Amino acid sequence: MLRFIASRLLQGLFVLFALYTITFFLAKAMPGEPFTTEKNLSEESKAYQRALYGLDKPLLHQYFIYPKNIITKGSLAISTSKGRPVKDIISQSFKVSVVLGLSALGIAICIGVPIGVISAVRRNSWVDWGTMAVAMIGICVPAFTIGPLLQIFIAAKLSAIKVAGWGDPQDILLPAITLGLSTAAYLARLTRGGMLEILSQDYIRTAHAKGIPPSKVITRHALRGGILPSVAFIGPAFAALISGSFIVETIFQVPGMGQHFVNAVIARDEFLLLGVALFFGFLIVIMNLAADILTGILDPRVRIAGNAAK
Amino acid sequence: MPLLEVTDLKTHFHTRNGIVRAVDGVSFSLEKGQTVGIVGESGSGKSVTCYSLLGLIPMPPGKIESGSAIFGSTDLLNCGEKKLCQIRGKRISMIFQDPMTSLNPYLRIATQITEPLRLHMGMDRKRALKHAIRALGEVGIAEPEKRIQMYPHEFSGGMRQRVMIAMALITNPEILIADEPTTALDVTIQKQILDLIKERQRELGTAVLFITHDLAVISEVCDEINVMYAGNIVERAGAEELFKNPRHAYTRALLKSIPALHAKGEELYTIPGLPPDVSQPINGCAFRPRNELGDSAKCLPNHRPVLKDTGAGHWVQDCPGCLA
Repeated sequence: MLRFIASRLLQGLFVLFALYTITFFLAKAMPGEPFTTEKNLSEESKAYQRALYGLDKPLLHQYFIYPKNIITKGSLAISTSKGRPVKDIISQSFKVSVVLGLSALGIAICIGVPIGVISAVRRNSWVDWGTMAVAMIGICVPAFTIGPLLQIFIAAKLSAIKVAGWGDPQDILLPAITLGLSTAAYLARLTRGGMLEILSQDYIRTAHAKGIPPSKVITRHALRGGILPSVAFIGPAFAALISGSFIVETIFQVPGMGQHFVNAVIARDEFLLLGVALFFGFLIVIMNLAADILTGILDPRVRIAGNAAK
Repeated sequence: MPLLEVTDLKTHFHTRNGIVRAVDGVSFSLEKGQTVGIVGESGSGKSVTCYSLLGLIPMPPGKIESGSAIFGSTDLLNCGEKKLCQIRGKRISMIFQDPMTSLNPYLRIATQITEPLRLHMGMDRKRALKHAIRALGEVGIAEPEKRIQMYPHEFSGGMRQRVMIAMALITNPEILIADEPTTALDVTIQKQILDLIKERQRELGTAVLFITHDLAVISEVCDEINVMYAGNIVERAGAEELFKNPRHAYTRALLKSIPALHAKGEELYTIPGLPPDVSQPINGCAFRPRNELGDSAKCLPNHRPVLKDTGAGHWVQDCPGCLA
């Protein structure tokens, strides 16, 4: 098991380095430079700024110095647009995004998984068709449609809930729903598919033949295998949810991490861009690993295969 | 009064391609401690018969159109899911064809095997586990204390079928339904499993309803044999009588096609044609198109033959063509 985790982490390191390489050269390929937006900036002060951020060095030197600083100093450089360490910017906004993402994931699981289970058990009934149609709509309708609809029909009617803003606990509700809804819809469809496959297995018939009440057959014998496809999906989906969403953050005025992905590009702030991109990549690697470990816990056959590989 | 009396069971499946009459008027009975076999080709309705008794037919598309199955004071076909859940796995249990897929791969053997005890006998975890370890030992699994904590994929096919048997018999059921329990196993293991079923049956006094397409297997374990064809029983007799004195043309054809009864090098006998399509109504004798050993010209064309007692417990359908 440890060996499996170690090898996956090593793979993850390669993935991150590839991600860094691509992002670095794409950022360099962007037209302009961090200081072009400032009007009337003299050539000397531009040169001074460049030297300050180390952007005057040769390209290859810059390419190697950034990862070197991450490893030796734990530094993600300083944002050229905000003048603050990228690490601080990320850690500050990530706190917000984690709260929002976790709530969104919680909503997604609480809505998606039960709906998937119910429609699988009642397959080809109107319950199944109805929920799956709604799930399809949930997948198709973008956040910038759902968000304003929630603002109009919920926030505007209930005084306890603000239309936008971040500070009170109840402010989490609407953005979390907006963010979680499409994940819930995916989960519902994945769970339904997984459950349908499991429910047609021989061992479900065995369970019925043992006289286990139908509801317990579902929860005890079918659910574990049925949610495996969802578990594989939740890993990367969770990484996406907690790294923020530009659209949701903009609609609801949430100071999360998603804004930096877009703003960094607009400001040609390559250090911030590299920082958030690598952080996002890091989350994806970790969450995928977590999903694999969880799959191993749920499915003993995978667990044994992992042990045999030792 | 027999332990289980099935009368005129009809199970139909309402599919897009019409009504599939999988079981079309089957009657038989099972005495305490007796072993009754149901033999027939694939699709003859033997498995559906048993699944109907325990309410394991997916409904829809399946539907039990008529019949009764009196078990003690209960009609299994009309007693409702709740009552049936109390009988399934406690008083009537079942083992299945494919032991590789019939155990839940996600749960430990211990969890699965103690489930009937905890559910039907109200045992606590500790007592149930002790009981289950003994049951595993009784079906010939070495080191049951250790093995019980393993998962199904750590067992071989034969071992899994032993686990299935232990699990089915753990509540001392009055009836064990064995649906082709040896079909998926290789021959040496088949013999062991059959011996095990017989041995446990002797010790517990369980009645066994044994379903198979393998005549060699059925001759070994059964007291009485029902031969099924196209959703009907065409012949019923004691095991010895049936093998010595088969009456129905289908039974004769089945016996004739047993490989062991052929001389070496001789071409094997096969029944010509395919079993009838039961999604189309069959008016006359269902076996007529394939009847080679009887006289197909004399087979009933317009009404279905009826199973009749010819004396000494030997029942056969009254189709003159098939009896010829």
